[in-house]
Amino acid sequence: MTPDLECLNLVKKFGATTAVDNVSFDVPPGSFFSILGPSGCGKTTIMRMIAGFLDPSSGDIKIRDRSVLNTPPNKRPVNMVFQHLALFPMMTIAENIGYGLRRNGLPKPEIARKVDEALERIGLPGIGNRKVDELSGGQKQRVAIARCMVLEPDVLLLDEPLGALDLKLRERMKVELKALQAAFDTTFVYITHDQSEALVMSDQIAVMNHGRFEQIGTGRELYYRPDSAFVAGFVGDSNRWAGEITRVDGDGLEIRTDSGLLLRGASHGRVLSVGEKAQIFVRPEAIRIAHDAGELDHFDNRMTGRVTSLLFNGAASRIIVQDPEGREEIEVNLPQSGEFAGLARGAEVQIGWSGAQGNCFAAGGH
Amino acid sequence: MRTQAKLGLFLLLSPLLLWLTLLILIPHVDMLLVSLRERIGVGQYQTSLANYFTFFSEPLYLRTFVRTAVMSIMATAITLLIAFPVSYYIAKMARGRVRSALFLLCLVPFWVSELVRTFGWMILLRETGVISKLLQYLNLTDGPVELLYNDAAIMVGLVYTSMLFMVVPLVTTLESLPDEVIEAGYDLGGNGLSVLREIVIPHAMPGIVSGCIVVFMLSLGNYLTPTMLGGKDSLWFTELIYSQFIVRFNWELGAAFGFMLLILSSTIVWGMLKLTGQSLEKTMG
Repeated sequence: MTPDLECLNLVKKFGATTAVDNVSFDVPPGSFFSILGPSGCGKTTIMRMIAGFLDPSSGDIKIRDRSVLNTPPNKRPVNMVFQHLALFPMMTIAENIGYGLRRNGLPKPEIARKVDEALERIGLPGIGNRKVDELSGGQKQRVAIARCMVLEPDVLLLDEPLGALDLKLRERMKVELKALQAAFDTTFVYITHDQSEALVMSDQIAVMNHGRFEQIGTGRELYYRPDSAFVAGFVGDSNRWAGEITRVDGDGLEIRTDSGLLLRGASHGRVLSVGEKAQIFVRPEAIRIAHDAGELDHFDNRMTGRVTSLLFNGAASRIIVQDPEGREEIEVNLPQSGEFAGLARGAEVQIGWSGAQGNCFAAGGH
Repeated sequence: MRTQAKLGLFLLLSPLLLWLTLLILIPHVDMLLVSLRERIGVGQYQTSLANYFTFFSEPLYLRTFVRTAVMSIMATAITLLIAFPVSYYIAKMARGRVRSALFLLCLVPFWVSELVRTFGWMILLRETGVISKLLQYLNLTDGPVELLYNDAAIMVGLVYTSMLFMVVPLVTTLESLPDEVIEAGYDLGGNGLSVLREIVIPHAMPGIVSGCIVVFMLSLGNYLTPTMLGGKDSLWFTELIYSQFIVRFNWELGAAFGFMLLILSSTIVWGMLKLTGQSLEKTMG
């Protein structure tokens, strides 16, 4: 199956700075593809190149196997939902949604029919005569998507459209966006700096940093098997230590952190050798906590520690544990099953995790 | 406490109230009264509409009145046509220092008095002026050309004088239009013309209307530019008022003329607002 969108060796330079550095990817039809990265990493630049507002310095952009480099934005079969939605405040909702159809020269009755259909589809029938500023944030969001979808684009681009919404609404819109994508059965390319948006909605996620793609994969892959230290640090939370590798044994290895703590980790196929500087990432939820050391026998990293802080945050509560010699602080997820409800600062706990959960990367880079 | 607040409010409002009553209300009421009186003998007056009858029965007055209105409307339209691209460039395309420099360029002519500015145009346009000399030097004309003392010269002067008052409101409203919205217009299939017609102009409408009102009123009430740049046949209505008050010492007729001008400008501004569906609050607020 030909991909809906294909970017080949895309490069964009602004003067001496390279905003997008040799990025290639393809998006299969009907999938939800996200580009995740910190602000300033070049994701908006990619988006604007696909939409046609910027010309790439080199490389090619193909939509359904046809290069669109010489097609102006208003002729490309892609549409964009802008960061601040960019609804036309001087028009009613129906005029907003019908704008693109009017531009295509469709007859009036057909425009009216399609607009009604689109409003029906986004669950807001009968609001066509309202003004843009009479709608709530979530409704505007849906209208902005409908305005693009009536044109039946091959690819819909979304530029952090949830950024301006409050937290609760954002959570709801995530689910809704995913449902809308399924309903319209269109390829979505979504850019965001919010990892939870990317993880929840996407079929595929590309993690971007300094103009390059660090890794492309499903949310699960990025989370559990990051390819680079940047991805490990950027997606999800991690305990992160730098140190030197003291022993390599197949996929497993041993690392002594700069403060002297000896930990077991895994290279997951990366080439690391003894004596090399490395970083190890361990997720707080990968670490088990117990009152009794016997429960943790099956883990190859075990230690007794003292609780230095309790960070209560509902389901995401954590504790910070200091190792016996007081060299390192380790963030550990606190199960809310009630078992540790009485835990207080200064209490002694047993913690342990399996070496396979400790992702190691050669130091340097980030 | 209550009375104190009231006193404070009164004190704050008093300069405005004084200004409104002393400089606007009283002169206009007095002018209305003067215009409604007819001299029937030395120091003897009676109330009548005679001055207004004179205005309507004398073709010169009426023709000048209509000409002034039409020329002012034309000057407003031309100013808008020139100022819109300029404002669009300043608001949407220029960045940083270029923008401030361009804005300053619009302001520069106002550092000197209107009289000096108009003399500047006279130096350029007169028979022995810069343009005439240049044309002769380039062998494009046989003899000197007189570019002054006609309607075109008045128009040039009016547009030049009004430019800033059109550019400022336009830049302000165009700046408030997010680039995103313009891009969305293109992204959804619009071309330059349709984006301009459906998005940029409707958004800029309050600025266009308020700029037009200011420019129109300034042109209509202008005295210096038409007098200096216009010829014998290009009489401006304000010149008629001046001559009635100062030359003919006929304050009664002059006051009637003044009132006609006030009615004219109010009617046209009202019509302009009605035509564009704008309200005064929206354009001035």
